[in-house]
Amino acid sequence: MKTVEKQGKTVDEAIQKALEELQVSRDEVEVEILDEGNRGILGFLSKQAKVKVIVKPKPDQIARDFLKGLLKFFDCNAEIKNSLEGNVLNLEIIGENTGILIGKRGNTLDAIQYLTSLVVNRNSKDFIRVLLDAENYREKREKTLQRLALKMADRVKETKRSITLEPMYPNERRIIHTALQTDPRVTTKSIGKEPNRRVVISLK
Amino acid sequence: MIELVEYIAKALVDHPENVSVNQVEGEQSVILELKVDPEDMGKVIGKQGRIAKAIRTVVKAAAAKEGKRVVVEII
Repeated sequence: MKTVEKQGKTVDEAIQKALEELQVSRDEVEVEILDEGNRGILGFLSKQAKVKVIVKPKPDQIARDFLKGLLKFFDCNAEIKNSLEGNVLNLEIIGENTGILIGKRGNTLDAIQYLTSLVVNRNSKDFIRVLLDAENYREKREKTLQRLALKMADRVKETKRSITLEPMYPNERRIIHTALQTDPRVTTKSIGKEPNRRVVISLK
Repeated sequence: MIELVEYIAKALVDHPENVSVNQVEGEQSVILELKVDPEDMGKVIGKQGRIAKAIRTVVKAAAAKEGKRVVVEII
């Protein structure tokens, strides 16, 4: 972490000097006041204020550091690609043997994503949404679910009977609902309680 | 595996210095007992145990490659 120490007539002045030197804004740093300073009397006995200014690590850096440390325990030689767009932090693990990080139906990937999100948002004022992917798993899963939705909708139309899908996570259920939203002959809804909530496809 | 549980817990809590993990060997499984500062209990358990569940999932995945069954307990 980058830090500088600065002196000034007042605490504010010292902070300002530090920010100029670091080329950052006030909300990107943490300030530790080492000495409040003293104006003294008529310039006598005056003491300079002293501050220590620490640049806070950015969310993408926090996430990368956390993931890198975590991957060591999985013996994965992987790289992490990241991009921060607004309040959404996209992270992608690229490397060999990342299957172990995905787990059954993306269980492990979701758990790692959740933990990363907690670590990133622990000290941050604005909520940052963390999206983690490995080997394009999310996109592949989305395609699989869309195919499943269309296939099941066809079966509902043929048999004229409702079909209840297996329990899914909210984001996965959303993919099913969206895929069938424009189909004029079927309708979808979710029943049951988390984590056993399922999508039901039925005729309109 | 102790190090992994410690690593995750320390990244989540406010008092990382009070995180400790104890390993107890069972017959078929390994039990990892995670202890944190009382103030940090919520940070490793979460609403309806959601954080605890995520920690267990990740640790299980890492342990699977060693062919071990690992149980994480928070005490």
